[in-house]
Amino acid sequence: MNTMSSIQKTTIRNESKSKVQRFQDGLFLVLSQFSALFVLIVLLGIIISLIINAMPALKEFGLGFFVSSDWDINKQKFGGLISIYGTLVSSFIALVIATPLSFGIALFLTEICPISLRRPLGIAVELLAAVPSIIYGMFGLFIFAPVFADHIEPALSGTLGKIPYIGTLFSGAPNGIGMLCAGLILALMILPFIAAVMRDVFEIVPPMLKESAYGLGCTTWEVARYIVLPYTKAGVVGGIMLGLGRALGETMAVTFVIGNAQRILPSLFAPGSSIASTLANQFGEAEPGLHFSSLFALGLALFVITVTILSLAKFMLIQMEKKQGSKS
Amino acid sequence: MNINLKKALSIALLTATATATMAVSAAEMTGAGSSFIYPVLSKWSEAYKAKTGNNLNYQSIGSGGGIKQINAKTVDFGATDDPVKADDLQAKGQVQFPAIVGGVVAVVNLDGVKPGELKLSPDVLAKIFQGVIISWNDKRILALNPGVNIPANVINVVTRSDGSGTTAIFTNYLSKVSPSWKEEVGFGKTVNWPATSTVSGKGNEGVAANVTRVKNSIGYVEYAFAKKNNMTYASLQNAEGKFVLPDDTTFAAAASGTDWTKFPGMATFITNAPGANAWPITGATFIVMYKNPSDKAKAAEVMKFFDFGLKQGKQLATDLDYVPLPDETINYIEKTVWSQVITK
Repeated sequence: MNTMSSIQKTTIRNESKSKVQRFQDGLFLVLSQFSALFVLIVLLGIIISLIINAMPALKEFGLGFFVSSDWDINKQKFGGLISIYGTLVSSFIALVIATPLSFGIALFLTEICPISLRRPLGIAVELLAAVPSIIYGMFGLFIFAPVFADHIEPALSGTLGKIPYIGTLFSGAPNGIGMLCAGLILALMILPFIAAVMRDVFEIVPPMLKESAYGLGCTTWEVARYIVLPYTKAGVVGGIMLGLGRALGETMAVTFVIGNAQRILPSLFAPGSSIASTLANQFGEAEPGLHFSSLFALGLALFVITVTILSLAKFMLIQMEKKQGSKS
Repeated sequence: MNINLKKALSIALLTATATATMAVSAAEMTGAGSSFIYPVLSKWSEAYKAKTGNNLNYQSIGSGGGIKQINAKTVDFGATDDPVKADDLQAKGQVQFPAIVGGVVAVVNLDGVKPGELKLSPDVLAKIFQGVIISWNDKRILALNPGVNIPANVINVVTRSDGSGTTAIFTNYLSKVSPSWKEEVGFGKTVNWPATSTVSGKGNEGVAANVTRVKNSIGYVEYAFAKKNNMTYASLQNAEGKFVLPDDTTFAAAASGTDWTKFPGMATFITNAPGANAWPITGATFIVMYKNPSDKAKAAEVMKFFDFGLKQGKQLATDLDYVPLPDETINYIEKTVWSQVITK
């Protein structure tokens, strides 16, 4: 009797327990589905609202909006080329500076750095990513720009500025604020992202490969060039693209130092505008109408550029993974 | 993308707080707009609250924003440095009146040049911002400034990057004094700055920061900002050909030389005002209200507040280097503007 009842009790308890578990499972399923769906709904909502609001401008100016360098609020003539150009050029400068630096940091941390220094240095690099962008902007405007104007820009125009063709990039009045300064600040901001990804992927290179190379008498550079880089190129490209994604959309820091001029000038010292800085400057006061709609069209352009670059990065990564898969 | 979200969020937040505060105290007035008038309004509302217990909630979001908010009827009054045109007032059923007068000054960053030492004529000022005069040792500048040690450097022009009433006042002045400026650029809260060296900053503080950081630059800010940041301002030649320095006496001279009553809706800039002692780039902030407001009690309260500020807040305004309106103008506002607002 006694044993019977205890068995019965346990089965009942188990049944009720499994009922609760089934309910929990169901709830969890619904919740997680909703979370996944929520992201899609938000994304779709953003795209739709961007397109709807950008429509009046796109109807008025056609696709020519994206290649026209007009931006005249009083004459109600708008085109996105100045801002798109500024976004692409400042981000490109940032990549050109940040990529080799990040490579150096990652290589030093994984291959050369004494073990005891590895953690503190790694954390310091990661902390750079935690600095709010407005701080970078303030640093850029108040400390970096004057130094830039007094020392770096005159030095650049005295050396690189003398070379034919390339020289125009480094000509003009050195006032510290402009495309080059924005690119440099952006480089500082995306550096930790690229460096962190590179360090992580460098660490997964099998020690056996590296040690064999060292055993054959390779130098550290040769190991990095012929073993580490080929093994990790997918991850390295991914890290660079991640940095590029951040550079394209960066707003506050760029607004501080890019100069916010609505024109395209050949010199990198000259002020310009990026899409994000134009939006930050003009949204608050834009009257409903073509100006407002043109700002949305710019937002749409930024969205498309970012999505295209990230998709391209993903596509490249998949291709590389496929190639690596077929090799091994 | 980020901006859209942030903007939407901040608007939602603003409206949320606005409705929340409205619910708490029925006597709280709300206003939004010009940052030019903000320092005075906060002093006035402090004094007004001490006297009556009624509070003013003012959002200093810029003149364009103020117009947007009053048109959307989310505030009891809007404040703008760029007067609304009489036709627009008529169409929307609004009235406007000036509340305070202040000055916009040209500020420079030139090694060895002291405040007020550099003299500029209207024509030279326009040509600098037009990018026609591109160097500080241009003979047109040197001719005005014999004996001043001006460096032979390229001029960096600094302007506002956001829409701004200060820009409206400044460009309105340049349009009045330079036909080619009027033709090529015009005036407004934002314009297409023609000089290729133009660098822009957000807000008065952005322009002030750029002018202090960029050597050999020239920009324009409200007088209060130039004073607060110890910036080097230029002396300007006024409509009567005299060189004047910016201060409350020259601003007041400009204000007294302007007859508001001649303009429908009082919609006029007081730039390039006549008077031997008048500061040429003087501006006013205008308050915009509905003739038939949805909340009549609050509209009455707003007028009571400005009645207090205009009459009893004169000293508070002067302390901040603004110029209070003359008594006859206040009288005119009372008789012809406030009387149009339905409060019952």
